[in-house]
Amino acid sequence: MSDLETFREETRAWLEANCPEEMRDGGAGEDNICWGGKQWKFQSEAQKTWLDRMAAKGWTVPAWPKDYGGGGLSKEEVKVLKDEMRNLKCRSPLESFGIWMLGPALLKYGTHEQKLHFLPPIARGEIRWCQGYSEPNAGSDLASLQCKCEDKGDSWLINGQKIWTSYADKSDWIFVLVRTDPKATKHTGISFILVDMEQKGVSTKPIKLISGNSPFCETFFDDATAPKEHAPGVSAIVGEINRGWDVAKYLLTHEREMISGGAGSVGNAMSSRGLGQVAADEVGREEGGRLADPLLRAKIAQAEVDGWAFLLTLERMKDEAKAGQGTGANSSMLKYYGTEYNKRRFEILMDMGGSDELEWEGERTADGKRARNWLRTKANSIEGGTSEVQLNIIAKRILDLPGA
Amino acid sequence: MPLVLTEEQEMLKESARGFLDEKAPVAALRKLRDANDPDGFSRDLWKEMAEMGWAGILVSEEHGGADFGFVGAGVLAEEMGRTLTASPFLSTSILAATALKKLGTDTQKQANLPNIAAGETLFALAVDEHRKHGPAKIAMAAEKHGNGFKLSGDKTFVADGHVADKIIVAARSAGAAGETKGLTLFLVDAKSKGVSVERTQMVDSRNTARIKFDGVEATGDDVLGEVDGGYMALEGVLNAGRAGLAAEMSGSAQQAFAMTVNYLKERKQFGTEIGTFQALQHRAAHLYSEIELVKSAVLKALQELDANYGMAGPICSLAKAKAGDVAKLASQEAVQMHGGIGMTDEYDIGFYMKRIRVAQEMFGDWSFHADRLAQMRGY
Repeated sequence: MSDLETFREETRAWLEANCPEEMRDGGAGEDNICWGGKQWKFQSEAQKTWLDRMAAKGWTVPAWPKDYGGGGLSKEEVKVLKDEMRNLKCRSPLESFGIWMLGPALLKYGTHEQKLHFLPPIARGEIRWCQGYSEPNAGSDLASLQCKCEDKGDSWLINGQKIWTSYADKSDWIFVLVRTDPKATKHTGISFILVDMEQKGVSTKPIKLISGNSPFCETFFDDATAPKEHAPGVSAIVGEINRGWDVAKYLLTHEREMISGGAGSVGNAMSSRGLGQVAADEVGREEGGRLADPLLRAKIAQAEVDGWAFLLTLERMKDEAKAGQGTGANSSMLKYYGTEYNKRRFEILMDMGGSDELEWEGERTADGKRARNWLRTKANSIEGGTSEVQLNIIAKRILDLPGA
Repeated sequence: MPLVLTEEQEMLKESARGFLDEKAPVAALRKLRDANDPDGFSRDLWKEMAEMGWAGILVSEEHGGADFGFVGAGVLAEEMGRTLTASPFLSTSILAATALKKLGTDTQKQANLPNIAAGETLFALAVDEHRKHGPAKIAMAAEKHGNGFKLSGDKTFVADGHVADKIIVAARSAGAAGETKGLTLFLVDAKSKGVSVERTQMVDSRNTARIKFDGVEATGDDVLGEVDGGYMALEGVLNAGRAGLAAEMSGSAQQAFAMTVNYLKERKQFGTEIGTFQALQHRAAHLYSEIELVKSAVLKALQELDANYGMAGPICSLAKAKAGDVAKLASQEAVQMHGGIGMTDEYDIGFYMKRIRVAQEMFGDWSFHADRLAQMRGY
């Protein structure tokens, strides 16, 4: 038996022995995600047990090195673990911005001390992180950010405001882009700093969105501080001072890939029960089985053609990356296309839902679930760089157009 | 299978590009058009392609071919799409080679495949009888006559019908137009009594024909595949053709787009390159994204034909629908962004618009294939 097969057998046995029954419902949607953090209230004893057991194995972040709380698994082993978890319908034990974003940034740009200090609590779900990027006057033009960060000898003094900080009110720490050199050119005076939110100078205020939900906050820094070193040898700044834009860009690429890859379940578009069949159930069928609304049918067919071709493009880009071909800037193309596609899909879902899906409250629609999701998708093409910014990046980095 | 070309396929692509750029650029098509060439392609060039193994790209080694599979054939089609190379490649090397390989008896294979690989015999596939594609709509009669059949009916939009030595024709041996049951494929000599061929000069300066069959006699030996059971067999062959056309259109779209992006970098108005204007940048970037989707769908379709021939219908429909749609967009954006010069016959971009218009129509346009996918997916 090959090593990988042995690993698969052992993994399956371990999961069967250690994954609580209640955690075997195949992910079960956004409401059941475990985000961790100091404020986290476990939904069940099983959720806590599952997190603790997986964290002890390092399998909340299986690809990270063991020293930093990870499982130290190879790419192939990670795939095996994911396969086996899918087979047993195990929920993901933990999701967080620490895992998706800060972790990869620290692994690439952090010092050994920073990794040792910050990564294990992320892996164990003890510290929940949020991202302080956008400002009221720095959205698409992110590099024009103004949040001030002054050198006060032993510490940094931070004043300014961030906006669209996801779940800031539920987070413990924040990674922030700040201006450390106001005289430098736009992209060169920015630093990437790690700040404890449990202090008087940091406050948050949720923003109510058109969906009625408040996943985003405003975050205020009024004479907030960060020590130069959070612990001996653990600098508050990641990467070089005034070179935070490099870290930010790297992270944004990650974010784009995440948004396009997950892109609101593009996968579902081509699942066995696709949009068209659901539409036919809701709207009705003609004799012979065709969807009763021929124009809606055409719209769905067009969306499915594009959705399938897009899924294949995700697959091809992955395969090209593995083969050492392709260009990193394609993450902008995927982000652009995937989010625009997802918006289209939800417009169709609302079209076929008709008046039934317009009920904002009440049991029939689970309080307007589809309508709220539809409204949520409108942010897809704004967050993580708008569609227009992605098109700019394609024009500049891929097409090499002048002045782009 | 990873969605990337193998090293061997990459090499084929590179050598094809070098050859076509030198021997068969758009200027060659222009020359054929201006000379009103009776064949509409160069027989010398076809000979060279055969020597390089292109004519027999799908033919097994046993029959003298290169046996490179559908991905290999698609690579060549894509490169010919870049240069708009006129050749009998689609009808002879993809359609006929697939039909004979998949449906032929040993005798039929032996009699035809080596000639295909050698570039000596040209074929055409005659399917449609109506302005819009639809194999089930076939009405042409194949009446029982003694031990054989008598074929009567009119075919249209037959690629290379005017130069074909042999014609593979789909006719109805049973059932009525609109039914999938009752179709039979025949392999007929183009010189048979009762066959009359009218070459049709098309928008793209390539050639197709209208072919009349007036009581053409065919024997049982001329049947390709099963009597009355030709529909699915024909679908398989058409799928290969659709993927081939999709690959060709992918190449044409990529080339038209590359020419456009170059033009945006050179052309100056208002004192600056027009490529600095965001209105054009965003349209170009959108088109780039769409073309990337086409490349993925086309490669997947070709791979599926190689790995899973009988199940490749849906993905070939996807590739044909998406490639046709995007290639049209690419040609339209190309002309618009070139401005006035894009409207001139002297400039090459118009040739792309014309060829794409024809290729997207052949064997089913966007509506045909999107509708087919919708039906397969139960709505």
